[in-house]
Amino acid sequence: MTRPTLVLLIALVLALPLSLLAGRVWIDPFHPAIPNAAVILAELRLPRGLLAIVVGAGLGGAGAAMQGYLRNPLADPGLFGIAPGAALGAVLALALGATSTYALPLAALVGAGGAMALLGVIAGRAGGLALFTLAGMMLASLAGALTSLVISLAPNPFALSEIVTWLMGALTDRGWREVWLAAPPTLLGLAVLWRAGAGLDALTLGEATARSLGVEPARLQWAMILGVGLTVGAGVAVAGIVGFVGLMVPHLVRRFTDRRPSALIVPSALAGALLLLVADALCRIIPLATELRLGIALSLLGAPFFLVLLLRMRRGLA
Amino acid sequence: MTLEARGLTIAGRLDNVNVTLRPGEVTAICGPNGAGKSTLLAALAGLLSPNGGTVALDGASLGGLGSRQRAQALGYLPQTPEVTWDIDVATLAGLGRLPWRASAAEDAAAVSTALTALDLDDLAHRPVSQLSGGERARALLARVLAGQPRWILADEPLASLDLAHQAALLDRFRALASQGIGVLLVLHDLARARNRADRVLVLDKGHVAADGAPGEALAEEVIAEVWGVEARWLGEPGAMALAT
Repeated sequence: MTRPTLVLLIALVLALPLSLLAGRVWIDPFHPAIPNAAVILAELRLPRGLLAIVVGAGLGGAGAAMQGYLRNPLADPGLFGIAPGAALGAVLALALGATSTYALPLAALVGAGGAMALLGVIAGRAGGLALFTLAGMMLASLAGALTSLVISLAPNPFALSEIVTWLMGALTDRGWREVWLAAPPTLLGLAVLWRAGAGLDALTLGEATARSLGVEPARLQWAMILGVGLTVGAGVAVAGIVGFVGLMVPHLVRRFTDRRPSALIVPSALAGALLLLVADALCRIIPLATELRLGIALSLLGAPFFLVLLLRMRRGLA
Repeated sequence: MTLEARGLTIAGRLDNVNVTLRPGEVTAICGPNGAGKSTLLAALAGLLSPNGGTVALDGASLGGLGSRQRAQALGYLPQTPEVTWDIDVATLAGLGRLPWRASAAEDAAAVSTALTALDLDDLAHRPVSQLSGGERARALLARVLAGQPRWILADEPLASLDLAHQAALLDRFRALASQGIGVLLVLHDLARARNRADRVLVLDKGHVAADGAPGEALAEEVIAEVWGVEARWLGEPGAMALAT
């Protein structure tokens, strides 16, 4: 286990119990004065904390793999069109008034799967990066347009507000059901991305050299579609759109690794988990009329981060 | 132990190229711009699917080999090598171990040998962005050496190097050939090819225009015909210069 992995793991193990105490109602672990403290912890905050870890790990790991695959430090899992595809699935379910508790996340997973399949078919077997990126961007904008269409056709104001709120991304009112829905695909996706690490390392030297090192571009492309699709699809299915994690986290972690993409995937997953866990706990305790939405909070954090990054790159180019 | 192209045709770029490379030799590919030098090198490295003919390694078609098996045998250095992430020299060399899936100890030993062979021991932990042009070229070659290939295919490895580094790198290739490795280099500098290669392959418009000992393959008549330049060789064997 490398040092960043170990440090992040310890931080996560320490942060989880602490985050459970924070909220609109603070819980003192030694003198639990609140009547339903055990219920609040076990049924509300623990699953919510674990879900933050699952979703954050998926987004962080997928971001690291994406940046390695596209060989671009500004790449984000959202670029693939998979997150917008998942969002479209969920929004359709909401607009159609799906009532089953599983309908929304499952529709989101179906949307992610559809986007993945389309991406694979459009990008084709050659596995060229430029075509792949463009196909992803096209899918993202198509899914975005269709989502807007569904919103504009929303049958009633209630559905409309439900959709808009859901799109903002949050972990509010999530429970164990969402944890069990999101954890298996996220873990599977992370495993796929981790296995693809050697191929991503080879891509550091460009596509031709990677192929000369035995990397098969079509296989690597499918591994990326599958891995990013499972992690990001599962994340959007249970938490809505939570942006910038996949962009920010690999950046923060990279300097503590040897900078190979494969060395970045696990620490980024842990750091993503930590970021989302802390951010969600902060959302709970910031005193606003209603709880700050996690997706909004991360975008407020992420956009300036992105700007600083761009300015630093600009200085590097000058 | 050969690497050979038989009737190799790649639409618009190579036309019925036949060449058999032998281990222990430094072969230079020369030719004007657009003659198909890089294409031939990439095809011999198994990176292009031919429209006709085959590339064979020890008699077996490259297309039939697994990608890992091919990667273990053939070390390829492209014309403009890129390094996306600012990894250090030892990590860069370690990427050459990817086809092997060997133990960490074996990988470390191969990387260490490659770094020592190229005088990079002191730079092992320096990020690629902080290397000079010559150091960078050596580090990129160390990546190829760490893969312990039986063939090294390098596309213009001397480009962007100063005279001293060019000479030093050619010495390395010579030393590798003397260890039984087959070395194939695309070279633009005809004097370098003539003085330092065992064999020269001249390409012109996708055809093999000449193939043989450097003195014959790069004879003044060949240069006149292929490059369209009236040139004369001056000097003595091993230190010839081309006057145009």
